[in-house]
Formats: sequence, structure tokens, C-alpha cells
Amino acid sequence: MKIAVPSPGKDLESDVDSRFGRASGFIVYDTDEKTFIVADNSQNLNAAQGAGIQAAQNVSSTGAGVVIAPSFGPNAFKVLKAAGVKAVTCSAGTVKATIEDYLNGKLSESDAANVEGHW
Amino acid sequence: MKEIVVISGKGGTGKTSITGCFAALAENAVLADCDVDAADLHMLLAPEIISRNDFISGNEAIVREDDCTGCGVCKKNCKFDAIEVTPEGKYRVNPFSCEGCMVCVEVCPVKAIDFPPNHCGEWYFSHTRFGPMVHARLGVAQENSGKLVSTVRLEAAAKAKELNKDFVIVDGPPGIGCPVIASITGADLIVVVTEPTISGRHDMKRVLQLAQHFSVPACVIVNKWDINPEMTEVIEADARNSSAEPLGRIPYDRAFTVAQINGRTLVEETTGESVEKITTIWEKVCQKLK
Amino acid sequence: MRIAVASGKGGTGKTTVAVALSMAVSEKVLYADCDVEEPNGSIFLRPEISRTEKVLVEVPEIDEEKCISCGKCAKFCQFNALVSLGTPPLVFPELCHSCGGCAIVCPTDSISWKKVSIGEITVGSADSGRVSVIQGKLNVGSSLAPPVIRQVKSHIADDILTVIDCPPGTACPVIESLDGADYVLLVTEPTPFGLHDLILAVDTVRVLGMPFSVVINRFDEGDDGVENYCKNEKIHIMAKIPHRRSMAEVYSRGGILFDAIPEMLDLFKSIPQMIERGIEVE
Repeated sequence: MKIAVPSPGKDLESDVDSRFGRASGFIVYDTDEKTFIVADNSQNLNAAQGAGIQAAQNVSSTGAGVVIAPSFGPNAFKVLKAAGVKAVTCSAGTVKATIEDYLNGKLSESDAANVEGHW
Repeated sequence: MKEIVVISGKGGTGKTSITGCFAALAENAVLADCDVDAADLHMLLAPEIISRNDFISGNEAIVREDDCTGCGVCKKNCKFDAIEVTPEGKYRVNPFSCEGCMVCVEVCPVKAIDFPPNHCGEWYFSHTRFGPMVHARLGVAQENSGKLVSTVRLEAAAKAKELNKDFVIVDGPPGIGCPVIASITGADLIVVVTEPTISGRHDMKRVLQLAQHFSVPACVIVNKWDINPEMTEVIEADARNSSAEPLGRIPYDRAFTVAQINGRTLVEETTGESVEKITTIWEKVCQKLK
Repeated sequence: MRIAVASGKGGTGKTTVAVALSMAVSEKVLYADCDVEEPNGSIFLRPEISRTEKVLVEVPEIDEEKCISCGKCAKFCQFNALVSLGTPPLVFPELCHSCGGCAIVCPTDSISWKKVSIGEITVGSADSGRVSVIQGKLNVGSSLAPPVIRQVKSHIADDILTVIDCPPGTACPVIESLDGADYVLLVTEPTPFGLHDLILAVDTVRVLGMPFSVVINRFDEGDDGVENYCKNEKIHIMAKIPHRRSMAEVYSRGGILFDAIPEMLDLFKSIPQMIERGIEVE
């Protein structure tokens, strides 16, 4: 299983980014291989609008089955749901601790967007 | 490092003047101006620009007139009335009306329309007497966007980390739209500067709603509170109902204008009741962030 | 004649001036509130509403039978309003600018258009029917002010004096509001912030080639920077509104300029004639 977490950093000790749509990248951890890659999300920064939608599309294209982030807007949530990617919410911390928390069952799947979208 | 974002909803409540005071009171901060529509913080802080960077958002359509055959297909397909006929019978794009949708680029039968990235302004890294500052300037008719706000915040946060600063103090964008959302997600504290008027109250409620949705702690300052004490009470009650602590009241004070004219923040300009109130409010802000 | 009231930044008294102008003249007037994100002229004019209408825009609707999930529409859309995940695209109507591009690139003609509401127009009248009030309000969640502004402006008739309350700033909703106006009043304050934002607003109306003058609000409260600037730039100052603390109090309760400063009434009454003369001179 692959787990994606937004982060400005390049390794598992980096912090989780509180922004989903405008995170500079995602760390995608493969629980079977115990390896990770950094998926770039920065081209998305050029978008004046719809960053959450594009980020969700980017996550989906990494093959991740789960994405863990502090919050998701309704548009991002809609895309993740359509793509069959589980959206899980977390609080601040390192990418590594967040993934461990999830694997230990400490984090739960979000069944609705926890933030209002575009105003 | 803690990030404080000052917002107001409606304009003219004193948001920038109070942000300037925070900048002067914080001893170890990076300052960021995300109020790009009315970027006024620099007038109090007199930044010395150290580096300039292009700001690019979206793309814009430009007709190469030499290659244009004057067929008019672009004009027919443009939903924004952004294509004009030139005296030579060719077509050109009016940049003020163009929304960058790329339809004309697609339909042009001779591919005579370019679609380069839209340079819509610049952002700067500067030095001020209170520390480093990140700010930006947009061209005429360019929209402040979530993207620009995100860029300024990101650069300010990176600078704060690099220089080991305690705070990033952000002068947030006006209104209640997308740029405001971009300015508050993931911040440590939102300070709403409002005034006791009908629209001041309305906008405060909208921005506090946003703060709650994004789970960012918020607090409220009522500026010019004495122009309508009853409304001030109502606003503070509204704030409490939205889990935002009223941090204090600042009286209507002409000294803000005098300080602005002298290019100083109020706390540098004078002493007295308003300065005492703001200083107390800043101490409360610091406590909340501990 | 159409007079647009604008300002470089919010909070300078733009709505105060637009409302005062509408209330000062004795002829019939139309007050058009184009500040559609924050229309608050009605707080002060208190119109009786006679009807409302929706602002509709067209957004794509996908025929999933015909769609081959090629993703070309999503790739084309510059506004991220369509997303394709190897499936028929998801549509995000609130991000759509109705440019029509997706339907143009669709190889199987699977995209048709449906109308969705992005805002509301309210039509009413105030001051015993003398002042018609048209207000546009953008729905929460939509970022498309220009179509709402265009619909407000579609109510403007040529034979009636019209006061257009513009959104603050210099971005595209302001340009849309100014388009078609005969004259612009730029409201500012005599402070460094006010001057800085006035200069941006002057740059904008000059680029648009529109005749304009300046109204200085709270003129005796700041410095002479704005007046010196206007003098150097040969910009006419149409009115100088004195500072009264009572004005702030009146404003906070929804009152109008002349409740606090009745002596401004005669000047405001004469503004349309002064503009008329000015336009003739130019």
C-alpha cells in the first residue's frame, strides 16, 4: 500500500505540510517495499485557483491508496473520493510519525471535507 | 516559529496600522504583506529592497499580428469580448478583458496566438528596521490570488526558519474571498481587526467562520470601539460565540493618522492610551502562542 | 449620465459618497451597487425590494454515454474546473469561467451546457420611489464577480442619472464596473495610505482613458500629500468632506453623510452639473 503525505521536505523526518492544495510536494511511502518517493506538486503553484483539485489529481496519479493531511477542502475531497483514495486527517508532526500513527490505527478516515472550500 | 495573520474583512478598519505596531513590538520577526490590493505596510516600515522576483500566475493570449490572417475565428469564440480588430484588419487581445482561458489559442487555424506565462507583478525580499520583510506589487487590473498570498507566506516562513525568528507577522488580504483562505490555512493565530459598524460586524463573522472551518485559533480587536459602544458589545459577543477571544478595544485615535503621515508605527510615534492598549494586546497574542 | 464611484482601497468612504450623491440630487437616479462581494449601499438607502433575479452562467454537463474518458477537456481547462481520473470528468462549476474550451476540444461532442446560479440581483426603490436601487450579490463560494456586475449594468438605462458603486481596488471587477461609465469619482483620504492607493486608482482610470476627479474624505484630518499630488497632476478635486467624529458614529448606525454634515448637501447636489460642464469642456 502507498501512503501520501503533503510535506515541504524531502524525507520521512520532514514535517507534514498543513496546506494540502499548495504543498510543494507529497512524500509517498510504500509500506510493502519500505521505500518512499517525493512527488512534486509545485507546478500546481502556478494555478490561481483549483489547487486542491490538482493536488488530489497528483496524489491519485502516484498510485497512493491513502493520503494523510491536516485538512481537505470539499473539492479535493470529491476528487480523492472519485479516485478511490482514502482521505485521513492528522495533526502536526513528522511524516514518519504520521504514517506510524495511521498504521497503528490512531488516525481515522475522514468521511466528509473538514473545511469549507472556495469562498 | 509562529505565524500570526492579521485580517479584517472590510477595508479601513486599521488592520495595517495595527500590523505595523505588532512588527515594532515583536523583537524577532519576519514581516509579510499579503494585502497586495492595498499594499500599504511598506509605508510604515520603509523596506529597502534586497531582491526582486517575477510573479507569474496563469497565462495570457497574445496574437502575433504578422501571422494573423484576420479570419476572426478567435473573436467569434471569445466569451469575454477580449478580442479587438486593429486598424489593419487584424486581431489583438485586450489584456484587461482576457481571462487566460486559451480558447483563442486552440481555435486559431494558423496557430498565430501565443500563450506565455502571465507576468502579473513582482515580489520582493527586503530589509526593514524591524527585520526582514516579504512583499509584492501587482500590475494594473491584475487579481490578487491565492497563489500570490501563498508565495509571500511561503517565502516569509522560509526566511524565518533560516534566520531562527520567533514570529512571522502577516498583513492579510482584505475581503472574505479566496486570497483570505490562502492567507489563513495553517497559520498559528488569526487576529481580526474590526470596527463597530454594520459591515464591520458582518465581515468579522464571515472571517471567523473561515477560521473555525480551518481550525485556526482566532481573536478579535475592536478598533475605534468608542464610535459605537453598543455595537462593540455585540461584536465581542459574536466573537465569543465563534470561539474567538476579544483581545481588547482601541479607541478612535487621530494619532494613527499622524503616525502614518510621519511614516512611523503608532508605538514609535507616541505614548498614551492607544499604545498601552496595543501593547497589552500584543502581550496577550504572545501568551496565546506559548 | 453614468458616474462611477471608486477607490483604490476599501474603507475610504466610497459607499458614503455614492449614497450621498444619490440622496442629494432631486432628479430620478439609479444607484447600481457593483461591489458584489460586499454590497452595502442598501444598509444606508434601505430600499423596498420589488423583485429579485438570479445570475446564471453556463457550465459543462458531461454526457457519460458519449464520453470516452480521454481527459482532453480536463487538460485544456485553465481554471481546474474539470478533473479526469481515467473516468468521465468531474465538474467543479464554481471554478468554471464558462469559456467553452472543453466543448471545443472534446472529440466526441459529449459536453453540453447547463445554467447554474452564481449570484442574485435585487431591484428596489428608496426615497419614495425617486432612487432606484439595483444590487448585485455574488453567492458565497463563487469567485466570478464579472458576470454579476455585467447583469447589474444591464439594468442601467441611458436616460437616467446613474451612480455606480464600484468594488474597491484596481483588479478586474473594478475594470468591469467602470466599463461604460461616463465619469469616475475617486474617493480617497488625505493620508499616505490614501495617496498611495489613489495613485494606483488614477493609473487605472488613465489607462482606461476615462475622465475623473477626486473626492477627499476627512480632508482636514491628514496631511496635504493628496492635494499636492492632485495639483501636480492637474487633477480636479470635486469635493472635500470635512472630518467629523459624528460621521463615524452616524455611519456605524446606517445613517448618511448629510445626517452628520448637512452643509455638504448643496455641493453634492451640484456634482452632476459640474461633471456635465467638465465633460463639455474636455
